[in-house]
Amino acid sequence: MSYMITMRVNGVEHTAHVEARLLLSHLIRDVLDLTGTHIGCDTSSCGACTVLVNGQAVKSCTMFAVQANGADITTVEGLAKDGKYHPVQQAFWDQHGLQCGFCTPGMIITTVALLKKSPKPTEAEIRAGLRGNLCRCTGYHNIVKAVQAAAEARRSS
Amino acid sequence: MTMVGINESVKRREDPRLISGQGKYVDDIRLPGMLHLSLVRSPHAHARIKRVDVSRASKMDGVVAIFTGADLQEQLGSLPAGWVLPDLKQPKHPPLAVDKVRYVGDAVAAVVASAPYLAADAARAVKVTYESLPAIVDAEKATKRGAPILHEGNADAGGAPNNVAFDWEVNGGDYAAAAKKADVVVRERIVNQRLIPNAMEPRGVVADYEPASGQLTMWTSTQIPHLLRLLFALVTGHPEHKLRVIAPDVGGGFGSKLYIYAEEVITGIVAKQLGRPVKWIEGRQENYLATTHGRDHITDVEICGNKDGTITGISCEVNANLGAYLSTFAPLIPTILFGIMLVGVYKLENVKCKVRGAFTNTTPVDAYRGAGRPEATYLVERMVDRFADAVGRDPVAVRRKNMIPAFKRGKAVATGVKYDSGDYKKALDKALEMLDYPKFKVEQRAARKEGKLLGIGFSTYIEICGMAPSAVASSLGAGAGLWESSLVRIHPTGKATVYTGTSPHGQGHYTSMSQIVSSQLGIPMEDVEVVHGDTAAQQFGTGTFGSRSVVVGGSALYMSLQKVVAKARKLAAHQMGVPEKQVQFANGRFVVEDVPDKSMSFPDIALQCYLAKDLPKGMEPGLEAVSFFDPENFTWPFGCHVAVVEIDEETGDTKLVRYVGVDDVGKVINPMIVDGMVHGGVAQGVGQALVEQAVYSNDGQLLSGSMMDYAVPTAEMFPNFETARTETPSPTNPLGVKGAGETGTIAASPAVINAVVDALSHLGVTHIDMPATSEKVWRLIQGAKEERRKARQGSRNGRKR
Ligand code: FES
Ligand code: FES
Repeated sequence: MSYMITMRVNGVEHTAHVEARLLLSHLIRDVLDLTGTHIGCDTSSCGACTVLVNGQAVKSCTMFAVQANGADITTVEGLAKDGKYHPVQQAFWDQHGLQCGFCTPGMIITTVALLKKSPKPTEAEIRAGLRGNLCRCTGYHNIVKAVQAAAEARRSS
Repeated sequence: MTMVGINESVKRREDPRLISGQGKYVDDIRLPGMLHLSLVRSPHAHARIKRVDVSRASKMDGVVAIFTGADLQEQLGSLPAGWVLPDLKQPKHPPLAVDKVRYVGDAVAAVVASAPYLAADAARAVKVTYESLPAIVDAEKATKRGAPILHEGNADAGGAPNNVAFDWEVNGGDYAAAAKKADVVVRERIVNQRLIPNAMEPRGVVADYEPASGQLTMWTSTQIPHLLRLLFALVTGHPEHKLRVIAPDVGGGFGSKLYIYAEEVITGIVAKQLGRPVKWIEGRQENYLATTHGRDHITDVEICGNKDGTITGISCEVNANLGAYLSTFAPLIPTILFGIMLVGVYKLENVKCKVRGAFTNTTPVDAYRGAGRPEATYLVERMVDRFADAVGRDPVAVRRKNMIPAFKRGKAVATGVKYDSGDYKKALDKALEMLDYPKFKVEQRAARKEGKLLGIGFSTYIEICGMAPSAVASSLGAGAGLWESSLVRIHPTGKATVYTGTSPHGQGHYTSMSQIVSSQLGIPMEDVEVVHGDTAAQQFGTGTFGSRSVVVGGSALYMSLQKVVAKARKLAAHQMGVPEKQVQFANGRFVVEDVPDKSMSFPDIALQCYLAKDLPKGMEPGLEAVSFFDPENFTWPFGCHVAVVEIDEETGDTKLVRYVGVDDVGKVINPMIVDGMVHGGVAQGVGQALVEQAVYSNDGQLLSGSMMDYAVPTAEMFPNFETARTETPSPTNPLGVKGAGETGTIAASPAVINAVVDALSHLGVTHIDMPATSEKVWRLIQGAKEERRKARQGSRNGRKR
């Protein structure tokens, strides 16, 4: 049995017929072809699949696509505006906050949500805020720096 | 336009794609008509396959085909070990098990369907009847009489009697004599636990076969596209020139994508059978079972020396767990990359090392970041601390006393190898300075008075990198040369495309290699394209592992660039009508000496090479060069890492409060990238020291089988790392580099454990096995307290009596 769902993804309206069991992460990647959202685990542990659902950071593998019916979703592909990177993207680049890049889309989205909630996070708050996102390459050192730089950029802009 | 040199922290050129979601990893590849493959895996650690019933599964929605091991036995062949030690037992390793499964996760059947969910559904419906057999998971017990045998039959018949894959040893000097003469001999049993690499991108393969041409193209998440093509051809008989292997963006490897895997062979062959594109993507829990693990040594170690703090010898006997089959480099890791490192940075004349490699009913074990060297460094650095404690001296003083003095070129050590260059005290001094050791000692004393557990640990490590001189490697068992080549192609407009056989997965080669090109040709980095990870583009390459890419591949690139410049200079001289020696090349221009306005730019010359209307006699048109670089020696990065930990006595929780890492990786191309790799390496080393551990039940079930059960370190575990470098160039390659991918992992584990033991030393604790989890530490503290209480009571009772 399939369900018709509608959602806005990166500002574009999409309609799809999906199985009830289809995960939101798979919908985004396999149906909408937005492959910037990655899948790094099957236990909702890694955070590589994080997207914004109605402005909140959500691990898209923890949701069924049908649960996102009517939602407004932002993926990493939707962050840049007018040919300019989102300040968080820019900060990850500037601070060398990525190596293999696999965790990066999830990290960036989580950071966007984190800074919205807490615009001036302490280092401890940043590290706690990234608890749900795993990175095996960077030791988090430059990711923390990137979050700090993005917070700084947000304040001065 | 960025003209960049060497030793510049240029922002990475690969990042714009990766921060905007435009990376292309294997799972992002979609081909028309593509099918999805799912594997049926054994839930038993050891069992005979009685029957594989696919009748229900094959009727399910979307199912296109199901293959069992028996169906494809011929086509799939057997996975070989790529490193062959003397007397190595090499049992068959069919990619799909045929009559027996030997670990939980061993693949039994391949299900192909039109969609991933349907393939998974059908895989679950395949009914396999097993006859379960007793299993063995412990490397030491596996080789004892009476243990269940994994590979039956004697060696000639492809068996491994007593589950022994090899016995290997290395000796230098005379350890027995040294131990006899020594004032002090310290013994310890040390377990280096099994780890799961956890590259954030699980593995995956897409294979596309074109029946009419016989061309098979495979995209796979690998560190070794060329070696994989070679091995695939050897295993399956598919012609090498009709196979193209592409490593697209690869989401981390850490050694775990350095082999030919069953799934690569299966997916390729199934695509060939069906004449349609096939994709296999590994799930994370599947990854924990099917992708190689690392470490897993049980070691009895001894260190000996004199009361004045001189260390005279080290000896160890190791039981190394290899898992159920030999993975590609499995025989290399616990032997050569381990045993020859036991001298460390010390004037240690007597070394004895015996290693037994054992088959067990567990996931195959192979290289994991550091690969052999972390195991060796852990033993040496842990035992140096034990020795210092036994002779009542400061561990830093003991290290300093025993260190090999600085040298610039070639130092032979007791294990028979020659270090390239080193200045070990310099790195130690720098670390001590950053740390302010005397101040720390004062703080520690004060903390102890307040009942706080504060500890410091050192690790003055050395590693073997830059794999490698081919002749040496092959005399030690390598199945392939380990050189690298490069092709530098200059286009008519003076832009460059360079091709390398190294294959990055996070190391930033696009940037580092561009920097090398820009620095040598004087063209902007933006004018350079770097092609890697494609067997159709580059003739051969060994891949990226063992901190070798810039050392060997970067050097090959450097050599080609010199050839290009030499030719261009010749043409410039010819066209400007002056002798060649009067032409200087700087900042991208060929300038006639003392006539600064007489010059030609690099792009001018490039164009002239292609116009070919006025070439010197005998010069061929075009501008490109190929070079092969085979180093004369390995490289030997070193350094000093220091960890400071605070332990919560109530909970046993260990907090890393400071981490100082000084590395000497020779010359550096991009300091920012090197720092980044050190951070990541340190995190993995700290992870091993404090939290990570793959756990098997006695019957071979992986209990830490998901990311919920295996502790991948999170951001909260770490402080900011304080890193610095000393620079001792390597004399073995033209760039003077040593390789920087593994330092942190190798250095960190012993530094952290030495710190934990230091924090508890006043309670009488002398060793703790990794990982030093809060439970383990808490129990140690309770045990130590109990001992003291008993001792006090004993002495009180004694007094009474
Ligand atoms: S894929 Fe969603 S948390 Fe790992
Ligand atoms: S950059 Fe590789 S996992 Fe984070």
